[in-house]
Amino acid sequence: MWFSETVANSTQFFSLVPWVVFFPLIGLLVNLIFGGRMSEKAIGITACGAAGLSLLISVLQAVSLLGHPGGMVVYLADWIVVGDLAIQWAFQVDTLSVTMMLVVAGVGTLIHIYAVGYMHEDVRHNGDPTRYQRFFVFFNLFIVAMMILVSADNYLMLFVGWEGVGLCSYLLIGFWYDKGKDGIGNALAGKKAFITNRIGDFGFLIAAFMIYVAFRTFNFHQIFEQIQQAGSSFTPAIFAITLFMLLGVAGKSAQIPLYVWLPDAMAGPTPVSALIHAATMVTAGVYLIARSHPLYVQVPEAQNIVALVGGATALFAATIAVGQFDIKKVLAYSTISQLGFMTAAVGMGAFTAGMFHLVTHSFFKALLFLSAGSVIQGIEAGLHHIEHDPRLKKKMVKPHDFDPQDMRNMGGLRKRMPITFWVYLIGALALAGIAPLAGFWSKDEILAEAKLISPTVYGLLTIAAFFTAFYMGRQILMVFFGESRAEPTAHARENPPVITIPLMILAGLSLLGGFINLPVIHTFTHWLEHTLTIEEAMINFRLGEAAEASGQFNPMVAGISTGLALFAILLAWWIYMQRYPAMLKLPPKQRSDDPLKTFIGPLFSALENKWWVDELYQTLVITPYNLLARYLAQVIDGRFWHDWVHDVLIVGGFRFFTRLLSIQFDLGVIDSTANSLADLAKSLAQQMRQLQTGYVRSYALWVFLGVVVILGYLIFW
Amino acid sequence: MDSFIHPLTLVTFLPLAGVVVILFLKNEQKNAARYTALATSLITFGVSMAVLAQFQRVDPNLQMVIDLPWIRVGSWVIAYHLGVDGLSILLLLLTTFLTPISILSTWTAVEERVKDFMIFFLLLEMGMVGVFLAQDLFLFYVFWEFTLVPMYFLIGIWGGPQRIYAAIKFFLYTMAGSILMLLAILWLGIQGGTFSTPDLIANNHIPANIQFWLFLAFAAAFAIKVPMWPLHSWLPDAHVEAPTAGSIILAGVLLKMGTYGFLRFNIPLFPQAAWQLAPWIAGLAVIGILYGAAVSFAQKDVKKLVAYSSVSHLGFVMLGLFALNPQGIQGGILQMVNHGLSTGALFLIVGMIYERRHTRDMDAFGGLWKVMPVYGALTLIVALSSMGLPGLNGFVGEFTILLGAWDAGQAGHVLGSYWFAGLSALGVILAAVYILFMFQKLFLGPIDKEENRNLKDLNWREIITLAPIIILIFWIGLYPKPFFSLMAPSVDQLMVVLHGAALALH
Repeated sequence: MWFSETVANSTQFFSLVPWVVFFPLIGLLVNLIFGGRMSEKAIGITACGAAGLSLLISVLQAVSLLGHPGGMVVYLADWIVVGDLAIQWAFQVDTLSVTMMLVVAGVGTLIHIYAVGYMHEDVRHNGDPTRYQRFFVFFNLFIVAMMILVSADNYLMLFVGWEGVGLCSYLLIGFWYDKGKDGIGNALAGKKAFITNRIGDFGFLIAAFMIYVAFRTFNFHQIFEQIQQAGSSFTPAIFAITLFMLLGVAGKSAQIPLYVWLPDAMAGPTPVSALIHAATMVTAGVYLIARSHPLYVQVPEAQNIVALVGGATALFAATIAVGQFDIKKVLAYSTISQLGFMTAAVGMGAFTAGMFHLVTHSFFKALLFLSAGSVIQGIEAGLHHIEHDPRLKKKMVKPHDFDPQDMRNMGGLRKRMPITFWVYLIGALALAGIAPLAGFWSKDEILAEAKLISPTVYGLLTIAAFFTAFYMGRQILMVFFGESRAEPTAHARENPPVITIPLMILAGLSLLGGFINLPVIHTFTHWLEHTLTIEEAMINFRLGEAAEASGQFNPMVAGISTGLALFAILLAWWIYMQRYPAMLKLPPKQRSDDPLKTFIGPLFSALENKWWVDELYQTLVITPYNLLARYLAQVIDGRFWHDWVHDVLIVGGFRFFTRLLSIQFDLGVIDSTANSLADLAKSLAQQMRQLQTGYVRSYALWVFLGVVVILGYLIFW
Repeated sequence: MDSFIHPLTLVTFLPLAGVVVILFLKNEQKNAARYTALATSLITFGVSMAVLAQFQRVDPNLQMVIDLPWIRVGSWVIAYHLGVDGLSILLLLLTTFLTPISILSTWTAVEERVKDFMIFFLLLEMGMVGVFLAQDLFLFYVFWEFTLVPMYFLIGIWGGPQRIYAAIKFFLYTMAGSILMLLAILWLGIQGGTFSTPDLIANNHIPANIQFWLFLAFAAAFAIKVPMWPLHSWLPDAHVEAPTAGSIILAGVLLKMGTYGFLRFNIPLFPQAAWQLAPWIAGLAVIGILYGAAVSFAQKDVKKLVAYSSVSHLGFVMLGLFALNPQGIQGGILQMVNHGLSTGALFLIVGMIYERRHTRDMDAFGGLWKVMPVYGALTLIVALSSMGLPGLNGFVGEFTILLGAWDAGQAGHVLGSYWFAGLSALGVILAAVYILFMFQKLFLGPIDKEENRNLKDLNWREIITLAPIIILIFWIGLYPKPFFSLMAPSVDQLMVVLHGAALALH
């Protein structure tokens, strides 16, 4: 009774929405200003509390939406007001934005708590206690930026969050800025992420300019209203807008051709990979398309392109994941692949399915990353143990070269880290799409829609789903099964509750999260319907008779994908449980590091080397730009403009001219012509002679006198 | 403000009072000279705030006008004519704001001939303020040329090893352009019978073909000052050799005199020519944006990197002004302020590390964040402002400029092509490339040079020098409305002039 009354009268919660930004902002300011004098515990509580309060506000928004599903716009202040342009700081509360808020704050809070434990270990192993403060300042800043992104009521405020999360990503990828290859590898990874994202942002900016020229506003409502009224007259403009926006999406959500930054982003601490590079930030592009759905549905050609980009990325990244040995790199490529699923979904117009997968993916991928972090810290603890035990240390050849993220060094962790194993397994099965875990429902919804809309995309995604199950099977088997293949792994230990409890909560969400949108009931679809109003009409329009089937559970699609997934897991089982141990028993020279190599040979090295895309970009873009910049600086600017034009042409020419004058004419003649230009020439000629003689002071004096003479001459003429 | 001295006269010539006081000091009284100069510049800033308080935001016209005959020559009069409007108020404030900051930056950096330094610095402030307030063309010219002298000595006496070469180059380039402007000023005065800019604008009947040449004559002076590509080659020399305070003022204010000149004189006096030449100027601006960014990236000397970034940033300002629409022009004016703040701060930051290490070679650094975390954090904020991160000031300016330029790129509009804004937007990517490169070279990676291991973080004086700029970086980035509203009425009035010219042309 009380609850329903609260719901009915709860619009007042809407006005609290700016606090989803303000709370983490306060948290970061407190930690920034006072953090130096605060204990680790106080810093952690401040940061987690800020994220938690942000979650509370998000929940209150959801409660209010139950009573008033239409939502509200909460105005805060004017921002840029120039000419006919008026951009405001205003918050959009509707089911779409609140869904994102819940994901960001919910998963965000859990990862904040996990990070309290994780970063404690980091500081303990690596010294430098200021790191702890820095980490949580950046982490809260990320929540601030992400909340601005998802709650904006116009494209430009969204862009503030959009680049803001990019900044946090840069700062956190390069968090251990003196580590990585040659000590600079992590910093370079951060820079790569920022610049690649800026390329995408260039697309976003162009799209924004076009939006302004077409609609004279950046406000979502006003734009969508104009489209509804004017219909097709905007179509050519919208086509260009949606495609430039896609470039932005490709940058932020790591789609072809801009996905290359995300694998490198794994240089950051694992909580960062989980929160920013798996659960939230990278899904911003998907959110952007869902938010812009009234634009996209106007231009089916653009939608097809989006769907194909998504489908291609899903498959391409899934193949690379098969050939990776770094436990986080596998997950990184998996993230790219799953983002491809979501992009394909929203591209096809299946916005709910895309958002559904976004939510479930944030559960199980955050879980997988955090569990991977747990594995890494477990092994690092083992390494630590060995280094402090001289008897064991002798057995290890080079403890400093040991890579705790390399799956070839793992194996058998199932027994040493049972909690981590079980939650990892749940995450992996959810990702592989095994019923009834979260990923099954959401991935299946996407596949079912694809089956109706585009056979090509359906094909790409189905094969990608097969690879997904295979690489997750491979990872689980390499990490947790068999015998441990390195000494530190054999001494790994399970992590404390501050780390395992968030894992268990996320495992619960990965188990049950799919139930928010079960077939037939479609709770989540109905929830989003209030915002994604156009979707249904548009799907009906595109599908014609097949429309009846849209959004329905398709047993055939589900059967095929589950069958493929099971087959892939079996295949992985056979290769990594049967062939791998046998291979390891071979003498070192006949051994290879992955049994798959014996089956697919050179193809595996293509996968391992990520199809050489980084090298391609290096050759096509980075090296040429470096060379061009150097050429412009040294040859064009230095030798041509600076040396030749100035020294030879201007100075030399002037000297020649003044000498000519002084030989040809009497200076008195020039004076009497009362030509101010010639007078100047005289004073300049003096300067030049002085320059040659090297009398600096007299030269300066001459210049000064020259000015005085000229001014006096001009004034009293 | 019912003072017996006119507020604009006061704000212009108050620095002279400081000069007089310093003249009475002995050479050894270094701190007295410093404090006098600082106090004078702070009071000047206070007076400029009083001017702001008196400024009517809704009034598009010149305000607080003082117009007295100064020199009579035959039938025409050169007047002591000052005034302030929405086009100049922010630049006045920028000048009086940056001067005390610059003086504070010299506290320990300048030890030789402190007295002379402060005298030149205050004279420079007087000249700059005069440039932004003068409404008589001749008076403007006098102030314009006057600023050269103190700057010449600041570079030539307190500069680096190549200071004389740089000082002469700075002087000659600017001077050369000014001569043509002087001729154009004389022509205008003779033809129009007055040197008063508002009068000349109001009774503007100059035929389009003559406007064209006059425009170019003025542009010669201003384009060198901005500097627009390819007239920029004096700038890196001047910046690299100038002392830190000189660089701050050079980038922060002196370059703005060029862009301000275009806005104050070229556009309203020769609107038809402005309309016709806009695509050409915008074209040079776009080249400047991309060229400056690329050349900046290839530098080893961090001060040179910042210097070339100015070429890129000022390209944005020029692009905005010659989009000839409210977004472009207002964005352009705001970006003048933004560039003054962020590039001024960057030079300040470079000066801080130079004072510690006596090198500006970026290879000599690396990993500084670890030993100088406060310095690192403040540099990061300034760097992000310079590369136009949304939420900070640079973005607001750049975005409105690009938006204006894109809008002007529609068929039939002044630029007539989206390429101008489209290519310029690439500058946003390139800015990230050189700024992040700089940040990485200085602050990230391990500390692999022994000399860097024990560097001291910023002291309180240095933090206080940077803090006001940082506050403005956030303020303009998050709530630029008060700044835009200062200039909006005057810009709207300028738009009326421009529309008239556009109608006359077609």
